Amino acid sequence: MTKSELISRLAGRYPQLVAKDAELAVKIILGAMVKSLLQGERIEIRGFGSFNLNCRPPRVGRNPKTGEKVKVPEKYIPHFKAGKELRERVDSKD
Amino acid sequence: MTLTKAELADLLFEKVGLNKREAKDMVDAFYEEIRVALQSGDGVKLSGFGNFQLRDKPQRPGRNPKTGEEIPITARRVVTFRASQKLKAMVEKNHQGKRAG
Repeated sequence: MTKSELISRLAGRYPQLVAKDAELAVKIILGAMVKSLLQGERIEIRGFGSFNLNCRPPRVGRNPKTGEKVKVPEKYIPHFKAGKELRERVDSKD
Repeated sequence: MTLTKAELADLLFEKVGLNKREAKDMVDAFYEEIRVALQSGDGVKLSGFGNFQLRDKPQRPGRNPKTGEEIPITARRVVTFRASQKLKAMVEKNHQGKRAG
C-alpha cells in the first residue's frame, strides 16, 4: 500500500468528507510524526507501536575501496517498535 | 513530551476543520488502514516517511532468562520499519545542527 492508496482508502471510509481532506489529514499526521522525531520526541500510538530515535555510537570504519580508516561520528536513526495488537494481528494465521 | 493520537486529533481539528469526533476517527482509521494492509501481508510505503515491511522469521532456540530453561522461539511474522532516506537525512542534519550549536 502506498501513501496515495492509503489516502483513497481513508477517503472511501468517509463519503461525507471531501477527498482533499483525507489527503490533508495524511499529510498533517505524517508531518507531525516527522516533526516529533526531529525534536527527539517519542511517538506512541496505542495498539500500533512507538517510534523513537536510536543512537548509533561513534566508530572507526573503513573505506572498503581503499582500506583507509574513517571516523564515523555518532548518529541517530528512527526506530519503530510494533505494539501488541499490531504484532498479534500480523502474526495471526487466518 | 510524547506525540500521541490525542495530539494528532487536535491537529486535524485545528487544521482540517473536522469536528472533534471526526478528527479522532480519522487518526484511528489512519493507523487501522496500515494495520489492515500489514495483516493481509501487504507492506506499506509512505514516501518521505518510511516503509513498513513484513519478515517471516524461522523458529530459533531461545531461553527463559529467569530460569535458564531452553524453549524454542516459534516461527513468526514480524513488522519492520525502515525510515526513508529523506527522514534519516533530516534527523541526521538536525542532530548535527544541535551538536554544533
